[in-house]
Amino acid sequence: MTGGKNTAVISVLGKDKVGIIAKVSTLLADNKININDISQTILDDIFTMIMLVDLQDHEIENSDITEKLNALGEELGVTITIQHTDLFDKMHRI
Amino acid sequence: MITDFEILETMKMFNEQHLDIRTITMGISLMDCAASSVEESCDKIYNKICRYAGNLVATGEAISRKYGVPIIHKRISVTPISIVAAACGAKDYTPFAKALDRAAKTCGVNFVGGFSAMVQKGYTNSDKVLLDSIPNALAETEFVCSSVNLASTRTGINMDAVRDMGVIIKRTAEATKDNDALGCAKLVVFANAPEDNPFMAGAFLGVGEPECVINVGISGPGVVKHALEEVRGADLGTVAETIKKAAFKITRVGELVAREASERLGVPFGIIDLSLAPTPAVGDSVARLLEEFGLEECGTWGTTAALAMLNDAVKKGGTMASSFVGGLSGAFIPVSEDEGMIAAAKSGGLKLEKLEAMTCVCSVGLDMIAIPGDTTAETISGIIADEMALGTFNNKTTAVRIIPVPGKGVGDSVEFGGLLGMAPIMAVNNASCADFIHRGGRIPAPIHSMRN
Repeated sequence: MTGGKNTAVISVLGKDKVGIIAKVSTLLADNKININDISQTILDDIFTMIMLVDLQDHEIENSDITEKLNALGEELGVTITIQHTDLFDKMHRI
Repeated sequence: MITDFEILETMKMFNEQHLDIRTITMGISLMDCAASSVEESCDKIYNKICRYAGNLVATGEAISRKYGVPIIHKRISVTPISIVAAACGAKDYTPFAKALDRAAKTCGVNFVGGFSAMVQKGYTNSDKVLLDSIPNALAETEFVCSSVNLASTRTGINMDAVRDMGVIIKRTAEATKDNDALGCAKLVVFANAPEDNPFMAGAFLGVGEPECVINVGISGPGVVKHALEEVRGADLGTVAETIKKAAFKITRVGELVAREASERLGVPFGIIDLSLAPTPAVGDSVARLLEEFGLEECGTWGTTAALAMLNDAVKKGGTMASSFVGGLSGAFIPVSEDEGMIAAAKSGGLKLEKLEAMTCVCSVGLDMIAIPGDTTAETISGIIADEMALGTFNNKTTAVRIIPVPGKGVGDSVEFGGLLGMAPIMAVNNASCADFIHRGGRIPAPIHSMRN
């Protein structure tokens, strides 16, 4: 997770239900986005899944992946966001 | 490796604590837009701004999307119009304001700053025309902001200009009285005005600045407040440390956005302005953050000490996060734009005099304060003079953005809407200072300005 790589963090927050991981993974596979790492936990009663994905040639700002994830989030009743990993590196590492 | 905890902390900052980038402001030099006719100069101004800032909004939105970071404003600051317009010999600069307004509209930005003059030592003929044009210019435009620098530590205070601005603020209030003197919310006077400030209403591009530059203003009182909630009861050393860490993270987001905007637009990166900027939204208030220090209500004893410490710790954390820090860089304490300040002013606990004291330890001065419409021009000049003295003699920036609302008095309130918020009309000490103001002349520069 170093700067310069085209990777992103996808986070899913909300109420746990069957099939969240499956559906998010399928959506990513359909869009040729590779999952590098995945973790999930229940934090303050909120289901939290964090995925580290390789965007390959995708540019978040120029693709409709944000809209697709938002739509899926709405369908599942959770909040899904995608953010370039440079943000986290900048904020949390000197 | 970034941990899940860090990712979740970041998510919460954006989702629950109102972290955002307050503004990406593109500074554009209009030095080459001077011309002998008003029309030619205005055409040059319009064309140049549109050429440079045409992609500003789209670029801001793309960056926002890439990082999931809200970027609230995209704005433009320009060379003070009193300099640009000087060659045309006009007696009214309203057409220049209208040209800026048109350019702002075309570019899709929500403010353009720089209908400005620097008169800390005296007026040029053009400065006089500009000041005289302010009321009409602000009444006839939507997006234009105006600022006048009246004093500096190196030059002292131009008290003629302080006297004149009292009158101009009153005229501006009158010219925009149908909108509760909204024009005054877009007009600010300064001591030691920074030439790279990205925040409105005081943004302009100083003469030492490059052709075009990107300056970024951060925000984040909610993030700092949340961080302090985690250390309730701890000693003040711990509080300072906590603020520094939060400010570091906030500033790094600003740095990331500024660098990326600079690269995408092909424009050099100027500075990050480390100001905690509130909004009227609950949870985004500097007053509530100060109360988190252990104060029942913002404005009570201890408020100035808490603000001093907050401001200092934000700077210490922020300067670690970015090498180029500038602009105002101090906590903002606008009354109308801060939910906690509004509440404290309404309850009567936060008075004008306390706000003045608070401006000794933060950057922006008396900001977005509504006062009775029948306050005299001399009293407004007196308020300005005091604030200019604080800035000039303490080697810092101070400002006054005050709104005498026609037809309203103490007990009334005024609603500006959006980020400008709402303000209760605050009581003013009306004992006359007219004889002092009418003396005119200059207050000499303080002895400690002579450093050479």
